[in-house]
Amino acid sequence: MKPLIEIEGLWTVFGDSVVHRDLNLSVAPGEVLALVGGSGSGKTTLLRQMLGLERPARGVVRVFGIPLHGVPAAQLRRLRKRWGVLFQEGALYSALSVFDNVALPLRELRCFDEGFVRDMVMLKLAMVDIEARHADKMPAELSGGMVKRIALARALALEPELLFLDEPTAGLDPDRSESFVRLVAELRRELKLTVVMVTHDLDTLVAAADRIAVLAEQRVLVSGTLQEVVAARHPFIVNFFLGERGLRALAALRPLTPGGAAGIR
Amino acid sequence: MQPAASTAIREPEIRLTSAADGGTAVALSGAWDIRALQARATELGRALARHARATSWDLTEIQRIDHIGALLIWRAWEKRRPAALALRPEHEALFARLGAPRETSAARARADWLEPLRSLGDLAAALAGGALEIVRLLGQVMLDALAVLRDPLRGPWREISAGVYRTGAQALGITALVGFLIGVVLSYLSAEQLRDFGANAFVVNIVGIGVVRELGPMLAAILVAGRSGSAITAQLGVMRVTEELDALAVMGIPQSLRLVFPKVVALAVAVPLLVLWTDAIALAGGMLSAKWQLGIGYRTFVQSLPAAVPIANYWIGLGKGAAFGALIALIACHFGLRIEPNTESLGAGTTRSVVAAITVVIIVDALVAVMFSGVGMGLR
Ligand SMILES: Nc1ncnc2c1ncn2[C@@H]1O[C@H](COP(=O)(O)OP(=O)(O)OP(=O)(O)O)[C@@H](O)[C@H]1O
Ligand SMILES: [Mg+2]
Repeated sequence: MKPLIEIEGLWTVFGDSVVHRDLNLSVAPGEVLALVGGSGSGKTTLLRQMLGLERPARGVVRVFGIPLHGVPAAQLRRLRKRWGVLFQEGALYSALSVFDNVALPLRELRCFDEGFVRDMVMLKLAMVDIEARHADKMPAELSGGMVKRIALARALALEPELLFLDEPTAGLDPDRSESFVRLVAELRRELKLTVVMVTHDLDTLVAAADRIAVLAEQRVLVSGTLQEVVAARHPFIVNFFLGERGLRALAALRPLTPGGAAGIR
Repeated sequence: MQPAASTAIREPEIRLTSAADGGTAVALSGAWDIRALQARATELGRALARHARATSWDLTEIQRIDHIGALLIWRAWEKRRPAALALRPEHEALFARLGAPRETSAARARADWLEPLRSLGDLAAALAGGALEIVRLLGQVMLDALAVLRDPLRGPWREISAGVYRTGAQALGITALVGFLIGVVLSYLSAEQLRDFGANAFVVNIVGIGVVRELGPMLAAILVAGRSGSAITAQLGVMRVTEELDALAVMGIPQSLRLVFPKVVALAVAVPLLVLWTDAIALAGGMLSAKWQLGIGYRTFVQSLPAAVPIANYWIGLGKGAAFGALIALIACHFGLRIEPNTESLGAGTTRSVVAAITVVIIVDALVAVMFSGVGMGLR
């Protein structure tokens, strides 16, 4: 099947520091891809390039088969209505209430009446476990986890086919992380959603991702299922997945081999 | 991707048939998702609502559906699942979610008839509170000044010198331009009048006193309020939005000593210097215009200045400059520290800060004019 996102020969350079060197990555329709990598390895930057917010020094990024750089603005705008984005810090509009934040993209379409928008916003807020009594609050009055969930509701407002999530579960309690994973699974089933997410959270990674792409040494080191990734014995991967913390999480989640996580060694 | 991806995706469609029992059966087909519905949502919603009482619904021909489409249909059903409904199993979950009981948000607040009166009271209270707050800030700055005098090495000298550079040195160009033009215009207008009375020489008095005593300090202060006052408010406001102020507080770094005190000192130093500069340029402009209009030579103009403008006027101008500078900084800091962590408040606070600073400058200027009315007037 044709990939939904294709990145070919991408270079990112800030001043004289190279963040990505000849990076290649593709995302198939309907899959959940997790991007992992050390802090500062350029995950957020890569995500911003997939969104067309930043221009790579070299290389092409194609989303839905359309190259993001060098297409007319109108086409890019149409493209952007087909994806939803959750930023690392939420990026809620601080001057708008929770309700208006989620309603904004719907109202911007100018084709639904206010009653419909109201029902839709309440539905989306309920999907991310935000109670209706929080709808009139301002972003400054919310907890960090609530900001994340409301930003997710806003990302889902326009029924995206493609969802970009930057650290979706950072700052959520385990229970909420769990329900986030469940939500992603449900949405995939119902809407055939494709998801690209950046995460450090092993539990989420194991539970939600079909494929993991490891970003290290300025490129995608390996990408594949958890087993395939773990099999590549790079120091970063060994530390991340097979370090003490990683093993604990993996063992608790699902034994990979009959002997449990210890069997990987 | 979609189960029906192999066949072409069709437009949303509503088909009606008469059911055996005399009612209508509604069959929906095509794509009921946001991209298909965008253009026709209202029309389709209305069409669906007309058949709200249909006896049976067949949704199995729907090729794809999302929350938008499902909600459109759900609203047509008046938010109840119809008894006779045929649904694809994979669409079951969407409607189940819509049907899940949800609390509705609290009713919006009712209209308040006393609102205008209350807002007037709020305004008065805010003004009084603001004045009090600025006095408190001034007191705090005095205390900081004492602390710095006692231990000069720990003073925020770098911030102060950076502030003098930003508000003073970088404003030289704009104050020169404005000062020069005002000098030319003032001299030109007075020359027009004086010529009729044959009192040409008095143009030096008018331009000299006008510029040195009033216009120089005022121009410098208004430009600084617009340039630096807004910058200070916006800077402190962004620090509030990004929680930098809280970070300073929890590190035990005194806000007023690090943020307010250096700005007040910097402006109190820089504005008098700018006043001197603006005075000089405006007088030069006036001199040029006097020569051109009345034929008063540059040498005559300069030589008659000391007699026409007693030195006391310079001191009044400089004193006003220092006071205006400190006031602008205090007001800007006051509004900056009160900004709430959202972008709207940031914009409103900055506007209010500049308006308040300019208003206060003009009020203080008027007070000074009354208080010193007997000082520094050459001609009696
Ligand atoms: N606008 C910029 N100018 C200069 N350097 C930048 C810029 N944006 C990012 N960088 C650098 O690029 C590198 C990658 O940053 P990025 O934010 O993508 O990291 P990340 O993988 O998302 O890290 P984290 O997990 O901590 O969020 C960092 O070294 C950062 O300093
Ligand atoms: Mg990041």
